[in-house]
Amino acid sequence: MAQTEATPGTMTVSTSAAERQKQLIYTLSRVWAWAFLLGLIIFFTFAVLGTTDGRVKFYSIRNTQSILVAITPVLLMGLGQTFVIITAGIDLSVGWVMGLSSVVSAIIVRDLAADGMDVTLAILISIVAGIVAAAIVGLINGLIIARLKVPSFIVTLGMSFIARGAAFLIGGGMTIGGLPPELRNLGNESLLYLVRAGEHSGLYFFKAPELSRADLRSLDRIFTWPVIITAVIVVVAIFVLRKTQFGRHTYAIGGNREAALRAGVPVDRHTVMIYIMSATTAGVAGVLHTARFSGGSAVAGDPLLLGSIAAVIIGGVSLFGGSGTVTGTIIGALIIAVLQTGLVMLNVDPFWQFVVVGIVVILAVLIDQSRDLIFGRAEAA
Amino acid sequence: MSEQPILEIKKASKSFGAVQALIEVDFEVRPGEVMALVGDNGAGKSTLIKGIAGIYAFDKGEIYFEGKRVHIHGPRDAAALGIEVVYQDLALADNLDVVANMFLGRELVQAPWRLDEAAMERATVETLDSLAVTTIQSARQIVAGLSGGQRQAIAVAKAVMWNSKVVILDEPTAALGVAQTRQVLDLVTRLADTGLAVVIISHNLHDIFEVAHRITVLRLGQNVGTYVTAESDQQEIVHAITAGELQFVPGMAQE
Repeated sequence: MAQTEATPGTMTVSTSAAERQKQLIYTLSRVWAWAFLLGLIIFFTFAVLGTTDGRVKFYSIRNTQSILVAITPVLLMGLGQTFVIITAGIDLSVGWVMGLSSVVSAIIVRDLAADGMDVTLAILISIVAGIVAAAIVGLINGLIIARLKVPSFIVTLGMSFIARGAAFLIGGGMTIGGLPPELRNLGNESLLYLVRAGEHSGLYFFKAPELSRADLRSLDRIFTWPVIITAVIVVVAIFVLRKTQFGRHTYAIGGNREAALRAGVPVDRHTVMIYIMSATTAGVAGVLHTARFSGGSAVAGDPLLLGSIAAVIIGGVSLFGGSGTVTGTIIGALIIAVLQTGLVMLNVDPFWQFVVVGIVVILAVLIDQSRDLIFGRAEAA
Repeated sequence: MSEQPILEIKKASKSFGAVQALIEVDFEVRPGEVMALVGDNGAGKSTLIKGIAGIYAFDKGEIYFEGKRVHIHGPRDAAALGIEVVYQDLALADNLDVVANMFLGRELVQAPWRLDEAAMERATVETLDSLAVTTIQSARQIVAGLSGGQRQAIAVAKAVMWNSKVVILDEPTAALGVAQTRQVLDLVTRLADTGLAVVIISHNLHDIFEVAHRITVLRLGQNVGTYVTAESDQQEIVHAITAGELQFVPGMAQE
């Protein structure tokens, strides 16, 4: 890659054993999250086998898919949050923004379908409406933070109450049901279907074969549409953060806002864009929630908010801004999901999940801090 | 060194409320010249620099650039003329690497959105090489890991990369040790040797006598003299800074 070709005399290879040891520790501290995730998977694989005498497997297609489905909303919220936290801000409103988007999209698809509109068109309009509703909240967040210089913590905390109230007011405080069945397909059908037994056993694209009630048990849905949509957004987010001017400016604002300003980076406009992005990904999560459960729910996102922030932190994004990656956030979300699933399969009291996730969050920050302490300015001559 | 000034300020005045920060100050710098700007705290050095850089406008006075009258209404105007300021705090993003800092706000982008990292890195290495900055091992180093002298070199390189003609350095050696001060002073000399006009603000007369061709002394918002370094000594400059003859009585409004 370009990084290596034009850097003459980079990194004289250190020969001393101490240096090499230090390098090793440094590398480990950087990739610990990957190693930790891998370790968790291996641990649960054997632990679940052991405790159930081999009747239950932790690693199975069905379980992997259910983990992926479960993390999509957390990951979507975490994506926007990653950008926000890299600029040294925080967005506490995304939980209720997700709920607002879910309610708005559900009401619109219900009413349009009831008016006799073509269902596909009604679904499309409702998706756009849900996401736009979320984006408007993000726009207001961004404008207040960038133009009026109110701390993001305060603005988004206030906005989370406003979005909460709005979601309940619009939805009348109830779950919005009676949605067209086609919407459910979007939320639950998948790219691939695997039938593991019976006369129809095999792999199917886009459409599952007609199965008897008994055979239905051996049907696995692989990559449901919410997972695919989330994956596409993840790829876009990785590209934007790593390869574009937008991403570069995001890091610069988090690293030294004043320097970015003086260098001509449109800091205010960029900040507004970031909060719109954050709300938009939460809006997508809300729309997908409506589709998956065939109902609009104001409370859909609130329980996931702190989980999404935890995922970002475990993934190595510093709350002080300036550092972090999207892949880190994915690993963070996976670690939480694997922990939760694994503990359930081990029959551990589910309340222990919270305790364990909490410990991991604090551990993650400790590891990152100690790395900075040991290696932070060590290279400075 | 050319005799014709590239940048010339005539009778610049600036007040902040009742305080007259600058009173009819004349100032000039020529291509290939290192012009030192000295004076006690509150003498008006920063006010003069910020007026040139477009941070704010002078109340009165004229600015000539390459012999032509110009108006600088903002930092972008100054940059468009080719005037770059390296501020004392350097304005580098510590979390980014050298290349990213050099191009901050002016990134090269390939169609459609992708940053052109290879081209930016090439230009960075070329600029650093042209300034004979050899202390920076890799253009991909994170700036947080660099020393004070290296950071100063990056900030200067960033300023000269954009075809600038006048580079203003605000206290470039204030926070540096002996060896690093040496590196920065060498860099200042090389900048002038390439034909750039360099303005250096410093409190350190020793450094100034080493690199500057001429010295402009400000006292209480007035120009109390411009001295040719070779024909002057530190004592004379110190006297000008502390007791230079004032044309105007300080504190009196001038009409």
